[in-house]
Amino acid sequence: MTAPGNIGATPQGSASAQARLQYVLRLADTSLILGQQLTGWIGHAPALEEDLGLANVSLDLVGQARLLLAYAAQLEGRGRSEDELAFLRAPADYRCVQLVTQPNGDFADTLVRQFLFDAWQRELFERLTASRDVRIVEIAAKALKEIEYHVRYSAGWLVRLGDGTEESHARAQRALDQLWPFTTELCTADELDQLMLKQGVGPDLVDVARAWSTRVDAVLGEATLRRPADRPYRWFGKRGEHGEHLGYVLADMQFLPRAYPGAAW
Amino acid sequence: MLDPEIPVISVVDLGIVRSVELAADGTLEVSVSPTYSGCPATEVIRAQIGAALERAGLAKHRVRDVLSPPWTSDWITEVGRAQLLEYGIAPPSAPVASPRRLLNDAPVACPRCSSKDTERVSEFGSTPCKSLRRCRACREPFEHFKCI
Repeated sequence: MTAPGNIGATPQGSASAQARLQYVLRLADTSLILGQQLTGWIGHAPALEEDLGLANVSLDLVGQARLLLAYAAQLEGRGRSEDELAFLRAPADYRCVQLVTQPNGDFADTLVRQFLFDAWQRELFERLTASRDVRIVEIAAKALKEIEYHVRYSAGWLVRLGDGTEESHARAQRALDQLWPFTTELCTADELDQLMLKQGVGPDLVDVARAWSTRVDAVLGEATLRRPADRPYRWFGKRGEHGEHLGYVLADMQFLPRAYPGAAW
Repeated sequence: MLDPEIPVISVVDLGIVRSVELAADGTLEVSVSPTYSGCPATEVIRAQIGAALERAGLAKHRVRDVLSPPWTSDWITEVGRAQLLEYGIAPPSAPVASPRRLLNDAPVACPRCSSKDTERVSEFGSTPCKSLRRCRACREPFEHFKCI
């Protein structure tokens, strides 16, 4: 990629700024919704260490989301805050990938979802550190170090579950089979991804997909899990095409700010 | 000014305070870097710095977030590392750039008995910056300030 320049000087309201905003929202919403979902395990995880582990990963993700949403609000130029973007949009306006909107399920469902995501986010964010958008570079560089810890955590659990008991293996394989169709979106570039690549803002998803696939194969191999066959999936959360579960996640997340507008403490 | 979560180490020794400068308009500008993206102590630290400056009579001030280059545990001073150790937290075990750090298999010494025979119990501890470990020699658990 070309050297970073101050590409934040795009005039607000222009088509180019709109595209940049949508792209940043994809990154922001993906981290936000996954972070929110992981909080559902607090107080309910199978062991205290995993309660802390999932909560810490969640905290890192929400931290990423805050930085990205603050940048999105700036790009939007309508004077909205990161909180307004987080809590007051309708489901169809979120640009998170479908994978992170899938239900927590059991521990295997959550950790399989987490690993498939972490391995992808790691490749994506590593390449984003070479973006022409200076702010994206800063946020990605900051988050990348934390993501390395996330990958190690979730990959470790995938191996323990897969190469564990008959029960843990069966649950992990079932989770993998059910979540695999949502990985199509992670690895498929749409028009916005292609535009960002052309502008030097976003990476080539073919490259990301290849690296992701290599790591996934390595971990699944060690976990004695079978890689499911690809099943092309049409709906992309990054285009605002969501299943019903996002509605439940947002109802939980947005209730308080919507019920008490402007509440602060 | 002490870290609110680890009240024995100052935010300067943690490398959180990046610089203190007098801006052209006479405002005192303190630049800080968050340790972790989601660290909840960051806002408390920012508020406390502001309060400390007010108490010192330096009313015209602002605290600025600096994200780049990202904070690294390498910036913890020797004084800071000693303070962590005395408090019972193992300081970061290896410089971030070292190959051993990448594999994260640099041995971590027990803050109580100094034995290097310790094992990791959990990647994440009571705060995002720490992991939970156990000493196989004296059997005590302790936290390790992670290398990042």
